[in-house]
Amino acid sequence: MVAHTVTSFDEELAAIDRIIRDMGHFAAAMVDAATSALLEGEQEKARRVIADDAVMDARQRELDERAITLIAKRQPMADDLRTVVGAIRIASDLERIGDLAKNLGKRVSAVDRSTAPQTFTHSIETMAALVHQQLERVVDIYIARDAEALKPLRADDEKIDVQYTAVFRELLTYMMEDPRNITACTHLLFCAKNLERIGDHVTNIAENAYYVMTGTQLPANRPKVDETGTPSAVI
Amino acid sequence: MMFNAPETQKMNATLAPASSSNQSSAALPKTFQTVRTPDPEPRKVRVHAQDVSVFYGPKQALFDVSIDIPEKAVTAFIGPSGCGKSTFLRCLNRMNDTIEGARVSGTIQLDGEDLYDPKLDVVELRARIGMVFQKPNPFPKTIFENVAYGPRIHGLAKSKTDLEQIVVESLQKASLFNEVKDRLHEVGTGLSGGQQQRLCIARAIAVSPEVILMDEPCSALDPIATAKIEELIDELRANYTIVIVTHSMQQAARVSQRTAFFHLGILVEEGPTEMMFTSPAEKRTQDYITGRFG
Repeated sequence: MVAHTVTSFDEELAAIDRIIRDMGHFAAAMVDAATSALLEGEQEKARRVIADDAVMDARQRELDERAITLIAKRQPMADDLRTVVGAIRIASDLERIGDLAKNLGKRVSAVDRSTAPQTFTHSIETMAALVHQQLERVVDIYIARDAEALKPLRADDEKIDVQYTAVFRELLTYMMEDPRNITACTHLLFCAKNLERIGDHVTNIAENAYYVMTGTQLPANRPKVDETGTPSAVI
Repeated sequence: MMFNAPETQKMNATLAPASSSNQSSAALPKTFQTVRTPDPEPRKVRVHAQDVSVFYGPKQALFDVSIDIPEKAVTAFIGPSGCGKSTFLRCLNRMNDTIEGARVSGTIQLDGEDLYDPKLDVVELRARIGMVFQKPNPFPKTIFENVAYGPRIHGLAKSKTDLEQIVVESLQKASLFNEVKDRLHEVGTGLSGGQQQRLCIARAIAVSPEVILMDEPCSALDPIATAKIEELIDELRANYTIVIVTHSMQQAARVSQRTAFFHLGILVEEGPTEMMFTSPAEKRTQDYITGRFG
């Protein structure tokens, strides 16, 4: 990309990109920490994740301020305009991911490890790993401005949905087996739902990133395999 | 097909061969295609230009520009200084005829009628295709006379009352009447810059033109006067075909429905304004409107 005649314009755009990258990696680390706190029952780690959410909020406000100042000062056009508006929206999705990670952290104390089914940890771990990987990937692709890589990434959200459906069914089974599992399993179900929502935010980010890079929208229909709302999901 | 202004014909005859081998044309891609994006709902074409080239003496300023200008819409021409946008604008009412050594080739039609037909009365043409310039240039006469001059020489008013009505209506359409109604017989040059520019627009409107050409009409005005002119352009759009040359990208984005980007005498891209400013198809357009060169 050719540099702007006004160099500080390039610097301001680069600063916005850097905040997106930092927020993305920070959010991914929060999801990671929240999941391991949940699976290992580490209260201290969970508290740190809850506290970290304030960092995400502050970064998002910083990005908003920079973006609004840039619009007022530079009146960006074309790809610059899309970059600034896209960054505001991407930061908002990343901030929501931070909220969901915080919510995961809050549930750690509610899930009593002694009553939670041990075998369960594997499926939620798999799901969290997928979510973490997708989040890291979308931020890297955005920073590298590789529009084509976003299409397979968006399609891969399906894997998270499939995993979520599996977790949902598994939890239902545990609850039916022993009613004493219901409290822990309900919390875990919310945790799984949070992870699935994070996947949806990653998809939003991918769609926004695609618009930033190309000026066109990805087709509206994307594969959706969350069957938990359909009757067949009830065993 | 070549069209020459009568007074420059002789000079062109000697200069024409030189122009075909001049350096600036050799440096440009010969097979260049303008990138065009049609409107989602096509508008009726009012002015049709085909392969228009302009030479100033041996120097070619414009290279095979083809564009359709729709009616009841504002078309903005943008591009860096010297890109040919004003040159092309001036072709549309044969203002280039008045420049010594200027030669225009190609076809320009208004409603299918050839503007460069030698039988065409150029004075009448300029009444049909009015023009507003960068610097407000009212005649050193009264406000009334500034507006009345055109209708009078073109015989548009049958009586004094007729003429008065035309003047009042034109001033109203130019959103100037309320500000000047009590001093119609004071000199036009005593008005503020923005008012003078609206007076020039009223003067252009008074002869009932079909097309209004504006060459950077706001560049000498303050932001409030600019806003008033922009508001006026938006109102005039309902009845006229408007073409505006502007250096302000924001202005082009605000007032126009279609935008054409010129660079080095070539029409690089033309399309719906919102598309041109959010996701232009051509890299050069993108680089220019985002401030990467120009």
